[in-house]
Amino acid sequence: MGAQKKRAAAAAAAARVSEDPDDLARQPLQAILLADSFTTKFRPITLERPKVLLPLVNVPMINYTLAWLEAAGVAEVFVFCCAHSKQVIDYLENSEWFSQPNFTVKTIESHNIISAGDALRLIYEQNVALVDIACLLKLVSLSRLKLATCYTLTICFLVVLSFKIHGDFVLISGDTVSNMSLTQALQEHKERKKKDNNAVMTMIIKKSKPSPITRQSRLGTDELFMAIDPNTKQLLYYEDKADHSKGTICLDKMLLAENPSISLHNDKQDCYIDICSPEVLSLFTDNFDYQHLRRHFVKGLLLDDIMGYKIFTHEIHSSYAARIDNYRSYDIVSKDIIQRWTYPYVPDVKFCGNRATKLERRGMYRALEIEQSRSAQVGSFTVIGYGTKIGSNSKISDSVIGEGCTIGSNVLIEGSYIWDNVIIEDGCELRHVIVCDGVIMKAGAVLKPGVVLSFKVVIGERFVVPAYSKVSLLQQPTVHDSDEELEYADNSSGTVEFSSIQGTADQSNGEMTSESSEAHKPKLGTGGVGYIWSICEGGQEEEWRHSVAPIPEDKLTELSEAMDDDQELVTQDRTALSTSGELISDSNASEGDDNEDSKDDSVYFEKEVEATFLRAVEENVKVDHVILEVNSLRLSYNMTSADCAGAVFYSMMKLAIKTPHSSASELQQNTANIITTWQKLLKSYLLEIDEEIEIILKFEEMCLESAKEFSPLFARILHILYDKDILQEDAILRWADEKEGADESDKVFVRQSEKFIQWLREASEEED
Amino acid sequence: MPDTQALVNDFLNKLKKRKIEGSQATARQTAELLRSVISQQRVPYTNQAGALIDAVKAIGEQLIAANPVELAVGNIVRRVLHIIREEDLSLTTAAIGGLNLSAVSDDENDDDRDGDSTLSAAAVAAAARSTLRPPSLQTLLEDTPVSAAVPQTSSSGGDSEGKTADKSSRSRKLKHDVIEAVNELIQDIVTCHEQIAEQAVEHIHQNEVILTLGSSRTVLEFLFAAKEKKRSFRVFVAEGAPRYQGHLLAKELVARGLQTTLITDSAVFAMISRVNMVIVGAHAVMANGGVIAPVGMNLVALAAQKHAVPFVVLAGSHKLCPLYPHNPEVLLNELRSPSELLDFGEFSDCMDFGSGSGSPLLHVVNPAFDYVPPKLVSLFITDAGGHNPSYMYRLIADYYSADDLVVQRRATAGN
Repeated sequence: MGAQKKRAAAAAAAARVSEDPDDLARQPLQAILLADSFTTKFRPITLERPKVLLPLVNVPMINYTLAWLEAAGVAEVFVFCCAHSKQVIDYLENSEWFSQPNFTVKTIESHNIISAGDALRLIYEQNVALVDIACLLKLVSLSRLKLATCYTLTICFLVVLSFKIHGDFVLISGDTVSNMSLTQALQEHKERKKKDNNAVMTMIIKKSKPSPITRQSRLGTDELFMAIDPNTKQLLYYEDKADHSKGTICLDKMLLAENPSISLHNDKQDCYIDICSPEVLSLFTDNFDYQHLRRHFVKGLLLDDIMGYKIFTHEIHSSYAARIDNYRSYDIVSKDIIQRWTYPYVPDVKFCGNRATKLERRGMYRALEIEQSRSAQVGSFTVIGYGTKIGSNSKISDSVIGEGCTIGSNVLIEGSYIWDNVIIEDGCELRHVIVCDGVIMKAGAVLKPGVVLSFKVVIGERFVVPAYSKVSLLQQPTVHDSDEELEYADNSSGTVEFSSIQGTADQSNGEMTSESSEAHKPKLGTGGVGYIWSICEGGQEEEWRHSVAPIPEDKLTELSEAMDDDQELVTQDRTALSTSGELISDSNASEGDDNEDSKDDSVYFEKEVEATFLRAVEENVKVDHVILEVNSLRLSYNMTSADCAGAVFYSMMKLAIKTPHSSASELQQNTANIITTWQKLLKSYLLEIDEEIEIILKFEEMCLESAKEFSPLFARILHILYDKDILQEDAILRWADEKEGADESDKVFVRQSEKFIQWLREASEEED
Repeated sequence: MPDTQALVNDFLNKLKKRKIEGSQATARQTAELLRSVISQQRVPYTNQAGALIDAVKAIGEQLIAANPVELAVGNIVRRVLHIIREEDLSLTTAAIGGLNLSAVSDDENDDDRDGDSTLSAAAVAAAARSTLRPPSLQTLLEDTPVSAAVPQTSSSGGDSEGKTADKSSRSRKLKHDVIEAVNELIQDIVTCHEQIAEQAVEHIHQNEVILTLGSSRTVLEFLFAAKEKKRSFRVFVAEGAPRYQGHLLAKELVARGLQTTLITDSAVFAMISRVNMVIVGAHAVMANGGVIAPVGMNLVALAAQKHAVPFVVLAGSHKLCPLYPHNPEVLLNELRSPSELLDFGEFSDCMDFGSGSGSPLLHVVNPAFDYVPPKLVSLFITDAGGHNPSYMYRLIADYYSADDLVVQRRATAGN
């Protein structure tokens, strides 16, 4: 009785949840904003402050994202906070976002989330929990339980209710800057969804040429290859970790076979703005190993042809969208903002409680109450925050200076990002660096390009910080996680560490104890406080790619030389890829591409088959099952049956050699045994005469190279194969004919088996 | 008043995020907002006008700061302030007039009042003068008698009960009158196109060639009005790069059966010799008669001057700004996104700061407006008729009170 009721209630609840599509269309648009990038690229800064709160042109990044979502017509945003969740929530609660009339921001906090995939799974679980609790509530009201239980359940219900995803939602991370209009993309998504239920996601892309020399996009991310159907805009292929050393990328042949036309791009930039259907959440739950949105989810969906889910793209032309992934993109996006590509999200428009700033000539933005010496030179594309003081003869260009900074005289600042309340004493030099809040630079200190100074670091007098170094009050976490993608992993310990160091720093200031200053003295000069981090995993190689500093000349020349070499290779292979060439499937253009890869593939395939075969021998697997397994391997490697025959034969021979034997005759005996046992397996691939010839060739090759022990036995084993009906006489004769015109060295085995061939010829003539 | 606050915040948001386009829409919405602010404002016993002015100023200041480029907001705020002052003044004069009458009637019974009545007579004279005053610079500089007049009337009142009744009705009357006047203002803003268009026949003659740049509702209505009066003329439309509003205008003109020629902005000089009159819209008209107009307008004005073609600017009265363009508070221009000029994707390699010196070599500047100096303008046509640029300051003095121009500056400086 109870169960029946439950089912009825569940059905009712389900009916309520899955309303008709028209009703869904009317629902307000929702967005999931991931306030954590789940990476460690912004360390050491992100050990102390979450990435989304880092100032981007003097405004915390999350404000750009929220302002855009609000303007794009999103009604409800779920901000998912993991690392430093408290800081994010505190910030949002005190900001104006909680008091907007038609825009609600809700925060979800979770500490045991390590990836975007986990976050989405959590949201999905809460969605499902909602349905469950709705059922429960119905049950409760039906069975008239105690009021108290009912009450607690209602509370649960309300808590969960606040995180409900109704329909399509925008998935975005809190470090995205955009000014695009969502209307068209959303409409396209909905129309596609109506026609094809499997169109679960629309990905926003933008044209942006990658640098031909460094093979990375202007945002510092790796060159991205995408195959898109030009008619339907369906995404067919996505590769952001292409191997440039080969100068080629591999496309599945099926892609070309199945689609009438595809265009392959390397000049598209992924904006990391996705319009998703609710199915996406359940997909993440179904595939619990999906972590990364692109690497796992998108690629997984593209490869998975069972469920047939499809991803489409929407290209934006006149509007801007970019995600800040590393220091390089921080630099580039800042410059784009200053150059007003992100209009109206620019410093002189008060889009989110930023201070009044005036735009002057040559892209100079100045807030109010700036004290600037007459002799100070402030160059173009510079932003100077409220209440900053600039001393005489200082030169500032292409930089962003935060609020309340004090800059001494004769200071040189070029292409740098200086956050709030920084003190820079006389004669310092800063080129292409990031300086966080509260840093003090003593007189004459120099920062070389690419340096990052984290919060409250003190640089001693005349100290030169070497290029690309990262300085923090926190010590570099010594134990590296096996998974380097975890941002927050040692986060809790990080804060503890921070407070302790804070304590010692305060102490040293107060008592002038030798203890802490001694520790730092050799590192950051006299009076310096902080640790220079050693270059992290990627090594020097990666540092220049992702730093705020422009790539040094010598690197560029080095790379372009390397590229010239590549170019030669590529032209030899005739595989040069045009920037966005359109490949038509029925042409053989792709054949050339495949050659090189297929060689690799066939080696792997052979190994796999051999492993399968050996296992089958050891475990006495039935022949039918082995055939099945080899078949599946053949499909996955896209091989012909001749390849299979060759591989199977090869593994059989390998086995024969491995079986202990003392003499040639014993080896021959072994071979005969194995062939007898497994002849069915071999025969299943010998559909035509070509495959049989393939086997002979393979055998010949083995005798010459890998298994020379067979060479004296060639003719005899050929005979065995003939006896067992594995090889037909036609095949052997054809092989012999083919070899007729070959070199002498190639004819060794033909000659060896000359008698046998002779006999075969005579036999066939007799039959005639 | 949580209601108004929410309304104000909503409007502020829209202004900040540039969600309201066009000065007419902005002006209308500002006026409507201020109307609801006034109607919700609780008025104290004394000095009602002061309370209203303070309330409007407080909100007006926020509105102006929200989008300093849209001068129409400030204009409307000042217009409403002016309305409050005017209504208050006229009520005061009426009250003093009434009092004077009663004083005169009292005079027969009591001679003690003599001193008072002479005083109030002086006040009445002053008040009467100020209501009738022409808005000349001299009177603007003169101390306004309003503040002097109000306490005098209250002190000279004969019977207190009658006075309070009179007061409460007066406060209601003031608010009522102000709201009425703001309604009229809104009506004016809404109908400004028609009022300007009515004058079209006087300016556009048979077989003339008219040149315009970009798109303006006012110009569109103006041309239609002439067309409806059976005038046949041709229109050259300069496309108005980079927003290409001219294309839209051309479409609408053709839809109404006007002979239209679309040209590029750069072809204006070549075509101007065939043009009889240039008619354009404006973003704002400054107190000196200078015009803030869509970018490219200065070029058209210079071409027109070179060929002695009349350059006519159409502007609703809400576009008249009482400030001078050299005033540091006036933000003359707004730089928009470079994406209107060029395709980001095509130029992305020019903006790759990763290689090279790290500083951008390509600068894209996309200003929204131009400033056309008054000497290039032949005629302004507002809803109040046609005016010479040199007459603009006078027109502005009609609409705004001098106190409000200064107040804005003090408020922002104090902030």
